[in-house]
Amino acid sequence: MANRHLEPDTPELRARWDTFAFNSAWDAKAKAAIARYPDGRQKSAVMALLDYAQRQVGEETNTQGWLPIPVMEYVAAYLDMPVIRVVEVASFYTMYNLAPVGRFHVQVCGTTPCMLRGSDDIMAACKARGMHKGHTTEDGLWMLTEVECMGNCASAPMVQINDDNFEDLTADRLNAVLDALAKGETPKAGTQEPGRHTVEPLGGPTTLKDMVSANHDYRGEW
Amino acid sequence: MPKLTVDGIELEVPQGATVLQACELAGKEIPRFCYHERLSIAGNCRMCLVEVKPGPPKPQASCALPAAEGQEIRTDSEMVRKAREGVMEFLLINHPLDCPICDQGGECDLQDQSVAYGRGSSRYHEPKRAVTEKYMGPLIKTVMTRCIQCTRCVRFSEEIAGVDEIGALYRGENMQITTYLERAATHELSANVIDLCPVGALTSRPYAFEARPWELKKTLGIDVSDAVGANIRIDSRGREVLRALPRINDDVNEEWISDKARYQVDGLTKRRLDKVWIRNKAGKLEAASWDEAFKVIAKAKPGKSVAAIAGDLVDCETMFAAKALLRAMGSKLLEGRQTGMDYDVSSLAAVNFNSGLAGIETADAILIVGSHVRWEAPLVNARLRKAAKNGAKLFIVGPEWETTFPATFLGADVAVLDKLPAEVAAAMEGAERPAIILGGAGLARGALGPLLALAANWKLVRDGWNGFNVLHMAASRMGGLMLGYAQKGGIADIVKAKPAVLLALGADEVDYDQFAGSLKVYIGHHGDKGAHAADIILPAAAYTEKDGTYVNTEGRVQFAEKAVFAPGDAREDWTILRALADALKVDVGFDSFDELQALIVADVPALGVEGLADYGALPAGGGSASGEIAYPIKDFYLTNPIARASAVMQRCSAELLHGEDLAEAAE
Repeated sequence: MANRHLEPDTPELRARWDTFAFNSAWDAKAKAAIARYPDGRQKSAVMALLDYAQRQVGEETNTQGWLPIPVMEYVAAYLDMPVIRVVEVASFYTMYNLAPVGRFHVQVCGTTPCMLRGSDDIMAACKARGMHKGHTTEDGLWMLTEVECMGNCASAPMVQINDDNFEDLTADRLNAVLDALAKGETPKAGTQEPGRHTVEPLGGPTTLKDMVSANHDYRGEW
Repeated sequence: MPKLTVDGIELEVPQGATVLQACELAGKEIPRFCYHERLSIAGNCRMCLVEVKPGPPKPQASCALPAAEGQEIRTDSEMVRKAREGVMEFLLINHPLDCPICDQGGECDLQDQSVAYGRGSSRYHEPKRAVTEKYMGPLIKTVMTRCIQCTRCVRFSEEIAGVDEIGALYRGENMQITTYLERAATHELSANVIDLCPVGALTSRPYAFEARPWELKKTLGIDVSDAVGANIRIDSRGREVLRALPRINDDVNEEWISDKARYQVDGLTKRRLDKVWIRNKAGKLEAASWDEAFKVIAKAKPGKSVAAIAGDLVDCETMFAAKALLRAMGSKLLEGRQTGMDYDVSSLAAVNFNSGLAGIETADAILIVGSHVRWEAPLVNARLRKAAKNGAKLFIVGPEWETTFPATFLGADVAVLDKLPAEVAAAMEGAERPAIILGGAGLARGALGPLLALAANWKLVRDGWNGFNVLHMAASRMGGLMLGYAQKGGIADIVKAKPAVLLALGADEVDYDQFAGSLKVYIGHHGDKGAHAADIILPAAAYTEKDGTYVNTEGRVQFAEKAVFAPGDAREDWTILRALADALKVDVGFDSFDELQALIVADVPALGVEGLADYGALPAGGGSASGEIAYPIKDFYLTNPIARASAVMQRCSAELLHGEDLAEAAE
């Protein structure tokens, strides 16, 4: 995620977000996050609070959520810490969005295992629906980014959409997922391969077969 | 006390030392960028790699590795040489090759270290990273593409200055140093990051493209912008002072100076008095010769009726020369407290910063009365922050100001000293090293007596510790008091005496309306308030243009050297007073600077020895005080005639204090 940048601090941004405050649900979570740390160490909760703030912004704007500057200032004041330290954290982690995003943030993994398993098709399918890397579609529904390895190589290729991973994709399967999301449904997260549950080998175990039914001591066979 | 060997040299290092410090103790030079003695350890530049046994078979960052018993450290092995070359090559990958147009050139750590430890050629052919410019205010010029992300500036503003405004945004290759939303850095020590920056990313904006370090004459000077007496190096070329930089003196300024000390020097070439002026009958100033001016003064036939008022910036030699002149004429009307303060100076120990500037760091409970320390002495403020970080409790009597450390404000009225809250008394009584800091605003409200009584109550003077401190604002104050520049009733006594001739030695804060009947002779260097009111103006030398002795607020006698000549007809102050003595036909007893200094030492021996003067024991106090405290400094950047003449200080004042949005000049 190169080229991240803070959304400029404009009067319009201030007018929209200066009044931001946690609603009661997020406020309770924020207090719980702070309570996990000793007195005077409330700053340690900054990452949780930024996440909650981003989610509340998402609820308010019906998007994945992002962090406008006034919201970061609110979090800084909430935790009694300098704003620049909050911005440092928010700009370091790519999961915090620094600029407005769409309803669904489609993060396509393009690292080698996914690429070998067809991530180019996935990317093409996304682009066929009108998405551009780094941009939100005009209907405000999709935002596309290409990311590096998300750690799902055993079920490549994959995309991450907001909080869920969708794995073992083909262009058709991705389209099914995206259609469901667009309709407001909640498609099944994880692998999209019929019959597969997580990342177990397709067609049964290929190694350590004797371990399937009972514990087996392989040491004598080495 | 671990024993270890560095390149075969056996030595013992203090407990808690790092490997880098151990190498330095052994006399080995370790290249570094992010490590700085006065900042926390970051360990992110990797330039200080050394080989350490026992340990993993790879080079280790010596700045962040504690020295331990039995270590064998090598700084000269093949592995270390290659590691340094590798790190340097990585650093230079994204560093532009713009040394010819970089102001850091010639005093650049990266330049020096790449010559000493680098490969000598580059293998990198790909495009380099570029970073957009960041605005950091009127003093700091940024070229962030040159930044090597050592984070010294971030650590300085967080740890020393106590104002979190610089940070490192984004990550990895995209990491960028910036102030929050690119607002100007607004604390009083901000420009020190320029010295800290090991490359040319943060350079001095007013000094941009002015000179190269090797063309400058370096003179050891003393700063006069406040009473701390920071040690500075005055860099000049020809007749112009181009910049002032801090010198290291752990007892006074460590290695920082305030922005005012650093940037008021451009005021030395503006609004200067470089001619003799006499006010004619119509009330207009007319250029004249020295002889004419002296004749007018002689014609006033002052006899004994002559007085001298010393300004805030003058050196002891000037003050003594005037004192000698007045003594020869039979007058003792000397005063230096221009704004009319009349605190008791029968014991100088009572008006001295007794704990010492370095000592105040070790205090564990501090009561500040009537001092806006951040503006009156930014370097003392940095020390107070250190004390607070070490756990000291601080209480402040006076209107609230933005502290850089946790402190409790007790109210603006000094009457609170009579009924201090129980927590203050408990903290001061329970402290091992309690301290009081009394500022000028407190002195003006008569808080000296009550605080001396409190000092006795709380036993501020104990074994190896004297916690009673007065923080002055004028560089000339302690020297003036040692030379007797104080009347019992302050300046009111001089007004009452109605002197025929009033010598104003660079005095710009005096209300001259009080002296309507006197012939006002202004001996000074800037066309400021004093010159405005004067009948005769004799152009003199500023602090960079004369040798001089200064005494800072802790009673430390320091000598400054002359960097450049005064402009035009201006002369060194003492020579003017010597010539005036001839015109008035009196004998002052000196014909040269050396003779003058010998007379000073005969008069006040302490002024002849560099170091802390001894003022004896603290007197007893008593009485009570009341009244709202009002800090005298309304604008940190414009406190003296030099700063008021300085375009840089004016811009700082307008932009940083009054929030004016100044358009940047097109380059």
